Amino acid sequence: MAKSSTTIAPVFIDGTALKIPTFSLLKANGHLTRGASHGLLDEALAQKIYGDMIYIRTLDERMVRAQRQGRLSFYLTCTGEEASVAGTVAAFKPNDMIMSQYREQVALRFRGFTTEQFMNQLFTNGKDLGKGRQMPVHYGSRDLNFMTISSPLATQIPQAAGYAYGQKLAGEDACTLCYFGEGAASEGDFHAGMNMAAVLKCPVVFVVRNNGYAISTPASEQFISDGIAPRGIGYGIKTIRVDGNDILAVYTAAVAARKIAVDEQQPVLIETMSYRLGAHSTSDDPSGYRDADEEQKWRSKDPISRMKSWLIKQKWWDETRDEAIHKLFHSEILEELKRAEKEPKPELANLITDVYKTSPVILTEQLSTLKQHVAKYPDSYRMHGENPQW
Amino acid sequence: MVDAETTSMTLLQAINSGLDTAMAADSRVICLGEDIGSFGGVFRATSHLQQKYGRERCFNTPLTEQGIVGFAIGLAAQGNTAVAEIQFADYIFPAFDQIVNEAAKFRYRSGDQFNCGGLTIRAPYGGGIDGGLYHSQSPEAYFCHTPGLRVVIPRNAYQAKGLLLAAIRDPDPVIFFEPKAIYRASVGDVPTGDYQLPLSVAEVTQVGTDITLLGWGAQMIQLDMAAELAKEIGISCEVIDLRTLLPWDRETVAASVTKTGRLLVSHEAPLTGGFAGEIAATIQELCFLSLEAPIVRVTGLDTPFPLMLEKQYLPDHLKIFETIKASLEF
Repeated sequence: MAKSSTTIAPVFIDGTALKIPTFSLLKANGHLTRGASHGLLDEALAQKIYGDMIYIRTLDERMVRAQRQGRLSFYLTCTGEEASVAGTVAAFKPNDMIMSQYREQVALRFRGFTTEQFMNQLFTNGKDLGKGRQMPVHYGSRDLNFMTISSPLATQIPQAAGYAYGQKLAGEDACTLCYFGEGAASEGDFHAGMNMAAVLKCPVVFVVRNNGYAISTPASEQFISDGIAPRGIGYGIKTIRVDGNDILAVYTAAVAARKIAVDEQQPVLIETMSYRLGAHSTSDDPSGYRDADEEQKWRSKDPISRMKSWLIKQKWWDETRDEAIHKLFHSEILEELKRAEKEPKPELANLITDVYKTSPVILTEQLSTLKQHVAKYPDSYRMHGENPQW
Repeated sequence: MVDAETTSMTLLQAINSGLDTAMAADSRVICLGEDIGSFGGVFRATSHLQQKYGRERCFNTPLTEQGIVGFAIGLAAQGNTAVAEIQFADYIFPAFDQIVNEAAKFRYRSGDQFNCGGLTIRAPYGGGIDGGLYHSQSPEAYFCHTPGLRVVIPRNAYQAKGLLLAAIRDPDPVIFFEPKAIYRASVGDVPTGDYQLPLSVAEVTQVGTDITLLGWGAQMIQLDMAAELAKEIGISCEVIDLRTLLPWDRETVAASVTKTGRLLVSHEAPLTGGFAGEIAATIQELCFLSLEAPIVRVTGLDTPFPLMLEKQYLPDHLKIFETIKASLEF
């Protein structure tokens, strides 16, 4: 604890003394703020990041449509927050572990997750790396050091602290990158994980995407504090607030954050200020809880068009390339979508494998009983037909 | 039995010896929990481990059970063997989500791309220490309802070390409940070296012909005492220690009940929803035509754990003895 001075008057601290600035380099029109520089982001990386953001925007739009068409049970978009995620993941190394929530698909894309892999998971077919066990968007990839997503909120936060502690003990030149939203920061696991990471000096970078909403609950009903950043400071964690729609600021902050985590072996918190432009999920309709003006205001700050304007000013991009890349992604996604939905579903035996490393006898018995039953009523348990009846 | 040097240890010393053995054998075994560092834990189960293996491998955590378990899951997922202590089983509930939704499903939900099989959660459980509501509970049944976990409970010092070493090295997450009432009362010869006892295998501790008595942990003492009383009036009891509750050894129990025709299951936890109910349902399916009497349960009452009336609440040897007689007279 820092040394505290004493006072003879009762002083209550209300937090207004703590002013947390927002780090920002790129204005909404794509111009650099006076005196700012794009610093570390070079042409090739900038183009890759931009391409990945376009890809995910295209994927999200297409998959929402597919859900509306009844081809997919559920979907969650990253729309509006692409820069918060792409700008952070780009600052990390491939052997850094990513432990995310469920709105960070652009991080997977950045690491090389293929369209085929996205689609296999979304359509829960037999080629899904997760063996068809989780709802759409619960991706995971051992090869890409992207920990499989789970639905319960904030559970990855203390896990990320522990994972990072393991990296530290192993003496790896690596850290853990942990994503979550401002709503998840109300969960007990957030507080448990932040405090443990700080006390045990874990090389983990926490990225909280403050997107304004947890399903329908606005940030104003989620917390009274000045965002999430003061909590990081409260736990003794180096903290920065960034304009989450500003790819240059996000990337610059993330590079510095990783350096602190790895060189100084301690956690960092980045709060990215952004907006969830889409619905929470395909099961949600925001028109019931927020007005179109608000959405319009944020649409004008869109991170992708902002980056595009800047890239064009840099002469690192042009409209012809832009059009071509959109077309390319669109056709690739559509083609893979059509393929993935026709792939056979996972085998019945997948019901019991991986519960334990080796299936206990009781599970093999249950599977064999089930197989006999299914064989008796094959039509009622069909998985490969046009209208599978689960 | 293991042919090795043995020494007399309490159950607590056996746990300490097991942790020491595991940490010595593998530098990636890490112990964490509240007060377990230089202090050695409130029961001293981790005595001298920090001094021996350093602060990085045996350390105090902040007071947050969900944090401890979440952190330990991350450690295990990263390739370590994490042994997390929850100070009392009564305080495991803040970590319930991490255990049930995370640890238990880690391998399954990722299609075996990731696992946290290196995780072991140790927690002292059960009554007998005047602990009242919050230092006495037996929460095993909650966890036995969760596929993906192993639940292990030792009955004495020798079992404690052998089962703990097996639990620590098991490739799936294990919850290891320790009978704190007999932490110091249970004394026996324990190998000083490395040995493991099998998980998910029950043990017949006393052979008999008239009725099977089944339990685990500290309750084995009550079953043995009841079996003695029964013997005095000519009733021969077969006594079984289940040892691992999930996944449990149905074959050993069913073979015994097929022979004796009667089954009594006893646990300290409340009756309704207790693990004895699961055993009874399974054994009546497997042994229906061999049963001479209904399967009976001798358990705690369906109340919170009491304080002054603990002796009355507990399913002691006398209650078990009376139930044995009733079963024989059915």
